[in-house]
Amino acid sequence: MVEFALPKNSRVKKGRHHAAPAGAGKTRRLRIYRYDPDSGENPRLDSYDVDMTSCGPMVLDALIKVKSEMDSTLTFRRSCREGICGSCAMNVDGTNTLACTKPLDEVRGDVKIYPLPHMAVVKDLVPDMANFYAQYALIEPWLKADTPAPANGERLQSQDDRAKLDGLYECILCACCSTACPSYWWNGERYLGPAILLQTYRWLVDSRDEAAGERLDTLEDPFRLYRCHTIMNCTKTCPKGLNPAQAIGEIKKLMLQRSG
Amino acid sequence: MRIQTPLARARGFGSAKDGTHHWWWQRLTALLLVPLSLWFVASIWWLVIGGAGYAAFADWLSGPVAAILMILFIGATFYHLQLGVQTVIEDYVHHKLIKWTLLIKLTLASLVFGLASVYAVVVVALRG
Repeated sequence: MVEFALPKNSRVKKGRHHAAPAGAGKTRRLRIYRYDPDSGENPRLDSYDVDMTSCGPMVLDALIKVKSEMDSTLTFRRSCREGICGSCAMNVDGTNTLACTKPLDEVRGDVKIYPLPHMAVVKDLVPDMANFYAQYALIEPWLKADTPAPANGERLQSQDDRAKLDGLYECILCACCSTACPSYWWNGERYLGPAILLQTYRWLVDSRDEAAGERLDTLEDPFRLYRCHTIMNCTKTCPKGLNPAQAIGEIKKLMLQRSG
Repeated sequence: MRIQTPLARARGFGSAKDGTHHWWWQRLTALLLVPLSLWFVASIWWLVIGGAGYAAFADWLSGPVAAILMILFIGATFYHLQLGVQTVIEDYVHHKLIKWTLLIKLTLASLVFGLASVYAVVVVALRG
């Protein structure tokens, strides 16, 4: 059955408190999920009082400050700090988002930070993305065409057709949506999840692509596509403001269109 | 223990080449059931308020419109039930044996109860 409760060795225990350094001004408390697979201990929730007088505005700024000034053992992924790489996707204040574009101001009370939900945790805020990336590879996310490109080397696309990719190409594969989806929680090994389905739709509507049928064949499955029950958590949580639920709806319409 | 690459696991046995049919009929029966349920409840309500006994009910059901709509209502209901509960089982039950046992029971139960209901309509409609 679906596991609604965490297994014993995953239950989060009370952790350590890290007080603000002496002479700190206004502080903000961060409560951060910590898990170290090497210790053999359960995960714990550590709290950090961060000096806000010398901290940037975003959640990622506070995390970096904690790591460099308070506790260097804190582990998280980050890279671009401007919402384009998708590395710092995590659960902040109960919602999956990018730590780098989430202002601390938007969080009321203590800032609770967990890794993306229902993923195996490698360490602290770092989830295991192997399955997610394998599912991305499965849909073969590249332009497929048997017709050779024109002699001048460019496949032409009208402005209208290019516009159809808007709202799709912006996806950075941060996995906020997929890990917010209950269907993906319960059946993530078979259901492809909103992010990967939006990415498939990005190729399905690409006027230059010649493999739409093959792509639909890959998705024609009770689990890969049809575990989507239009719960809409994906659209609600997307830090880029995209609408994966709509993309999935469009895929279902294409399925119907070709069957009748 | 099985050592497999993540891609092998993600691909699994490939696509089932099925699913659209299930999805489409779940929606079609849902749509169909909106007017049919309203008609069913209104009809029964009207018969009960009218204080109709069995004879009046049988008389009503033996009319072609009532009988056909009733059979359609029963068919749509049980098919919709089967499709819906199947989705719930597939979503939440991961133990292979339990899952398949439940799916088989569900299919059989929907079929048997659906047929029994249709049989009852036919008997009442024809015999009066």
